[in-house]
Amino acid sequence: MLRRRLNRLFGGDEKRVDSRTIYVGNRPCPATETFIPPKFCDNRIVSSKYTIWNFLPKNLFEQFRRIANFYFLIIFLVQVIVDTPTSPVTSGLPLFFVITVTAIKQGYEDWLRHKADSEVNKYPVRVLEDGQPARKDSEKIKVGDIVEVVEDETFPCDLILLQSSRDDDTCFVTTASLDGESNHKTHYTVPDMEKDLQSLSATIECEQPQPDLYKFVGRMHIYKPEHDPAVRSLGPENLLLKGATLKNTKKIYGVAVYTGMETKMALNYQGKSQKRSAVEKSINAFLLVYLCILISKAVVCTTLKYVWQSQDGQDEPWYNQKTEKEKGTILYVKMFTDFLSFMVLFNFIIPVSMYVTVEMQKFLGSFFITWDRDFFDPEIEEGALVNTSDLNEELGQVEYVFTDKTGTLTQNNMEFIECCIDGFQYTAFSSELDSFCVTDGPVSTFQEKAGREKEELFLRALCLCHTVQVKEAGPDELGGDQVDGPASEPLRPAEQRGFIASSPDEVALVKGAMRYGFTFLGLESKTMKIKNWQNDVEEYELLHVLNFDPVRRRMSVIVRSKSGDTLLFCKGADSSIFPRVRPEEVERIRMHVQRSATEGYRTLCVAYKRLSVDEYAAADAGLREARLALQDREEKLMAVYNQVETAMSLIGATAVEDRLQEEAAQTMEALQGAGMKVWVLTGDKMETAKSTCYACRLFRRSTELLELTVRTLESGGRRREEMLHDLLFDFHRKAVQDAPPARAGVNRSWSSANPEYGFIVDGAALALVMNPSPDTNCSRYRSLFLQICQNCTAVLCCRMAPLQKAQIVKMVKNSKGSPITLSIGDGANDVSMILEAHVGIGVKGKEGRQAVRNSDYAIPKLKHLRKLLLAHGHLYYIRIAHLVQYFFYKNLCFILPQFLYQFFCGCSQQPLYDAAYLTMYNICFTSMPILAYSLLEQQIAIEVLLDNATLYRDIAKNAMLRWGPFLYWTVLAVFQGLIFFFGVKYLFSNPALQDNGQVFGNWSYGTIVFTVLVFTVTLKLALDTRHWTWINHFVIWGSLAFYVVFSFFWGGIIWPFLKQQRLYFVFFNMLSSVSAWLVIILLIVLSLLPDILLGVLRKPRGPHTQQMRRCLPSSGTSTIFVLSQTTSTHSFSWSD
Amino acid sequence: MMASSYNIKEEDGHHSGSSGPGGNAVRTKKPDNTAFKQQRLPAWQPIITAGTVLPAFFIIGLIFIPIGIGLYVTSNNIKEFEIDYTGIDISSPCFNCSQSYSWNTTTSCTCSIPFSLDQPFESNVFMYYGLSNFYQNHRRYVKSRDDSQLNGNLDSLKAPSKECEPYRINENMPIAPCGAIANSMFNDTLDLFYIDPNGTRTPIPLMKTGIAWWTDKHVKFRNPGGSSSNLTAVFYGTTKPLSWPKPVYELDTDPENNGFVNEDLIVWMRTAALPTFRKLYRIIQKKNSLTPTLPRGNYTLDIVYNYPVRSFDGRKRMILSTISWMGGKNPFLGIAYISVGSVCFFLGVVLLFIHHKYGNRNNSSDIPN
Repeated sequence: MLRRRLNRLFGGDEKRVDSRTIYVGNRPCPATETFIPPKFCDNRIVSSKYTIWNFLPKNLFEQFRRIANFYFLIIFLVQVIVDTPTSPVTSGLPLFFVITVTAIKQGYEDWLRHKADSEVNKYPVRVLEDGQPARKDSEKIKVGDIVEVVEDETFPCDLILLQSSRDDDTCFVTTASLDGESNHKTHYTVPDMEKDLQSLSATIECEQPQPDLYKFVGRMHIYKPEHDPAVRSLGPENLLLKGATLKNTKKIYGVAVYTGMETKMALNYQGKSQKRSAVEKSINAFLLVYLCILISKAVVCTTLKYVWQSQDGQDEPWYNQKTEKEKGTILYVKMFTDFLSFMVLFNFIIPVSMYVTVEMQKFLGSFFITWDRDFFDPEIEEGALVNTSDLNEELGQVEYVFTDKTGTLTQNNMEFIECCIDGFQYTAFSSELDSFCVTDGPVSTFQEKAGREKEELFLRALCLCHTVQVKEAGPDELGGDQVDGPASEPLRPAEQRGFIASSPDEVALVKGAMRYGFTFLGLESKTMKIKNWQNDVEEYELLHVLNFDPVRRRMSVIVRSKSGDTLLFCKGADSSIFPRVRPEEVERIRMHVQRSATEGYRTLCVAYKRLSVDEYAAADAGLREARLALQDREEKLMAVYNQVETAMSLIGATAVEDRLQEEAAQTMEALQGAGMKVWVLTGDKMETAKSTCYACRLFRRSTELLELTVRTLESGGRRREEMLHDLLFDFHRKAVQDAPPARAGVNRSWSSANPEYGFIVDGAALALVMNPSPDTNCSRYRSLFLQICQNCTAVLCCRMAPLQKAQIVKMVKNSKGSPITLSIGDGANDVSMILEAHVGIGVKGKEGRQAVRNSDYAIPKLKHLRKLLLAHGHLYYIRIAHLVQYFFYKNLCFILPQFLYQFFCGCSQQPLYDAAYLTMYNICFTSMPILAYSLLEQQIAIEVLLDNATLYRDIAKNAMLRWGPFLYWTVLAVFQGLIFFFGVKYLFSNPALQDNGQVFGNWSYGTIVFTVLVFTVTLKLALDTRHWTWINHFVIWGSLAFYVVFSFFWGGIIWPFLKQQRLYFVFFNMLSSVSAWLVIILLIVLSLLPDILLGVLRKPRGPHTQQMRRCLPSSGTSTIFVLSQTTSTHSFSWSD
Repeated sequence: MMASSYNIKEEDGHHSGSSGPGGNAVRTKKPDNTAFKQQRLPAWQPIITAGTVLPAFFIIGLIFIPIGIGLYVTSNNIKEFEIDYTGIDISSPCFNCSQSYSWNTTTSCTCSIPFSLDQPFESNVFMYYGLSNFYQNHRRYVKSRDDSQLNGNLDSLKAPSKECEPYRINENMPIAPCGAIANSMFNDTLDLFYIDPNGTRTPIPLMKTGIAWWTDKHVKFRNPGGSSSNLTAVFYGTTKPLSWPKPVYELDTDPENNGFVNEDLIVWMRTAALPTFRKLYRIIQKKNSLTPTLPRGNYTLDIVYNYPVRSFDGRKRMILSTISWMGGKNPFLGIAYISVGSVCFFLGVVLLFIHHKYGNRNNSSDIPN
């Protein structure tokens, strides 16, 4: 909480000019006269909530903040203070039990967090001390320390890069765990840095910590004894963020600027707030109802008591005098204590034990997730992990799924799938044939389709047009991959090391070319080497690289071959290439591009151009000039690029697959079939994200995309705000106003008649919507935006900063109807949204453990989400909903007879049941069956749940805990309570129930009622149980047997510690009476009748429906069917 | 009652378990493949459908209705005779006695009420006294006793529990038995006389024992200092309850029925469930099989009227009743059984009708798999 507030403070308050000064190496600098060692926080990461010292008070405080616990505490205190019919033990013991169990559970969970924290905090790092690296724990790093980091290590705090082992003063970094981008990024050392860090005397002045990952402003003052202090400006390219990983660089040195909770990563965390499930909210609502019932009962009884007492001779008949003390108390005090006594007498209606049982159910129930073998991933040798068991049932209530892309939906593993040369299709791997695919057989046998020359040209283009670097590795490894099968190829780490590029699909293309026989050997001093089919090495001189940027969406290289030809190769998105090539070439290839885009592949078109000497000279001059320009360098470069990249000829197109996670598409489809809306929130580029969405079938061919991105905002040539306004209203009209009212429960694959909308928004546009300039009406935009989003089948948000992800989640979470949200992600950049959503799921991916640690549940793969939600979530919800309803029910019909009894005992708070029964009812006699039920019940088998995603909709919107079902249970409880009480009352109109004429007293009365109650309530549960395992049998029949045995035992002995032997042989005598037997049987049958009757009249559930539903095509097959039938030629790919 | 499919899911736990020795335990982290952990325990899955519940309804109906008829007939065969002798009415013989309000009058008042039995009472006849509007189940009253004193504990005898207040100590002497219940023990004496047709009064022998639960008499209630010793000495140092005319050790001459083990006391100490109740007073044992226990004819009930009930608007009754296997006369059970049985039967018929008419498609699904 505090941290979040801090975030807001830092994020929102740009005017804060406060900066911090860091003394590099913590050495005083000559320029500053006084060296005040600045105070910064240490490098400890704290995600835990308690310490040993504050655990007890803090935990107790938090627990008693719960209304229920507080209520029980009050009841307990009342019992201690006031003379009440039941002893304080009856409520104190269960309360103590609850508090202890909860405290132990929370303590254990916090201990786990402590362990995880210390794993990070105690991670060994090397800090330069007196020129020598000294080993230290990560938490000991102070601001100003110089830290050494070696390859593949993560940075322990935010560092300014001082020195790199690479010659070019750069280092490579992946920030996969921060923003999800797994490509290598180049960071630069501070310019003109000395080699000797020991003698370096410098200070760094930089801004105070702020959460934006891409912003950093600072200055470095370097002091040299004989020179004036030199000043270097520092930017984000010098800053290495905690959580990022050093790649392809042996060793770097950096000075710590932000540590611990002040690092950008930590600032992007959100404080852990306790998540409460919707079920708990329902419980609280029901609790209020019961509290009202309780209070009104107490009020009624108190009133009646005084009405009754006012009658002549009733208050104090001669046989029943009051004590002196009672006579002495003032009337109003007496009334109040009477009221409290009634409260205590009826307080069992709000069951303490329900909380125990719910806690136990959640705690034990979560083990089933951990134990599930389907969640076990052989690759990482791990199964699912449950961090918070409080939210099990929430898994069955999810309405919105927010998923990260990189590492969650995709494996972030690019693979070359196919290419198209001059209109002919070549598939890299001879799987999945369809009518378009002409190539067959092994990869290396190129069928002569396009001209051989064209093929070679295409492959050369692939080999040359990139910025890939070859990692120094044995040539065997490089050549080895032709032998391997394609499936195992991406997994080999040796292969991964082969090429390094800023974007994984470049690697894929180079590898693809290699597969066809053109191997890129490397770039040596401006010379690119290629091994061609004839195993000859071709050399090209690299003249210029026209870099990729997201606006142009293409890149080019200009090379000169040995023969002296100057060639320009260009590759890029079809939309940016097609206008720049000869139109007659386009048509042949466009079809392929569209088709492969439909498949979810990332398509690139490849074009080339032969530059004449003059042309090259002009281009060369232009480029050089633009590069040197001091002002508007970007624009000028762009202009030259555009000028050069014209009139090219199209060679072909490639299709690269960003390999989806296993069963990603099926999982998404299942989730949508279950009525969930899936939003993709990613930090990645829009194109990439879009193609992933297509691949996951979140977008279909028929989906009309509404784009709200920087590009669309700027395309109109107007102000962004105006454009935003127009677009929002336009989209709103389309998606919300024109759309027919949504039909719930219709599988989207069948309702293809309505247009489907997909919404794409990027971070910048979102920022405009969320925080527009003050003159616009921001709340309007927000609600418009939200409405559009809610009416789209899928929403894609790209270029999101971690906090923006959380913002989106929060917006949806707080929207109307407060839908249950779920976030799933694998990287540290997903942590904030994982924490924000109702349920946070971490994928145990390759990007570190941050997400897993902060999640509520962690699963090894995305595909496991399906079972987690559809099967586990569904079952847990049913179980806990039934548990809650049952608990309220059984306590209402437990207490109602006691209430009714007050009318017949002068409203004197005389308990109907013995104290032992009052205490044991919830703890022993009726708690185990419902616990077993709530752990084992499977009204619908797991397989069926998995097969029919639509079943998930049956329990959507908290269906089993709404007022309707609650009313049913309450009415049932009242009905049964009335039957119990009055049935026995009529029997007792003649209390001579034994064949020896002896009579029964009030405790026999209570015992008969109680026996009926225990049996009815247990048998009612037995009727509801649809899944009888041996445990259910054992527990249900066992607790009934236990009741009987206990009653014998309890009544069979004169207990020395009891003041009154109320139940002595009462149970035994009851059983010796035939009438008592008969009335017990009669009342049980009568009480269960309505339930049985309703069970008959209700639509059959369970296996029957399963069979019926099995006849329908399952949603999975149907959509596949629809997909293969799509013939629409609607254009959508990559174009804007 | 329910259609059920016994569904043993494939339990591959056994397979891997049997092949366990072959594959070495490398994969320690992989969750165990036990049926329990994988939620694949074999389970019986009953389903409530019309087809399964229908027979149940008929069976319940068919069982309950005969039971109900049996109960009803039994209850009707029980002979019961009841006299209200409170004496509210001026015409009542006990009117005068009832006018003496307070419980601490020294003089006892007697009255006798004549009545006649139209039918002879066969077998043992049980004589009850009944009180109305007497709240024996009032909380203050119910807890006002000391079971440990009644159980013969000498410490409790001298220092009764606080629960007995304000009937704990009188004139610095502990009350034995203490508490409101014991203090208000029913102390009317009821005697029954048979009036021969020739006018002679024959006292009917009333048995004082066998009216309390056996366990109460022999375990729960015990005289302090064992049964053999002199009760007067044992109770020395205690005082009688305020409203009692005699101390507890003079309740009866029979040492087996005196002191705390006096059955009248024990019966009274078992507090009644409802404000209108009856308690067993005496048993009239059947003499022989030839003559009825109470033949048809005229009787007189002689009452030593001590127990005041008018202050709280109470009633006193004397009840003579025979007993069957189901206890005393109570038509409720029989009627309830008959009606529940009929309702079940009726529902069965209705369901059968519905089921037959609309539920044919369900038939196929009644046969699981």
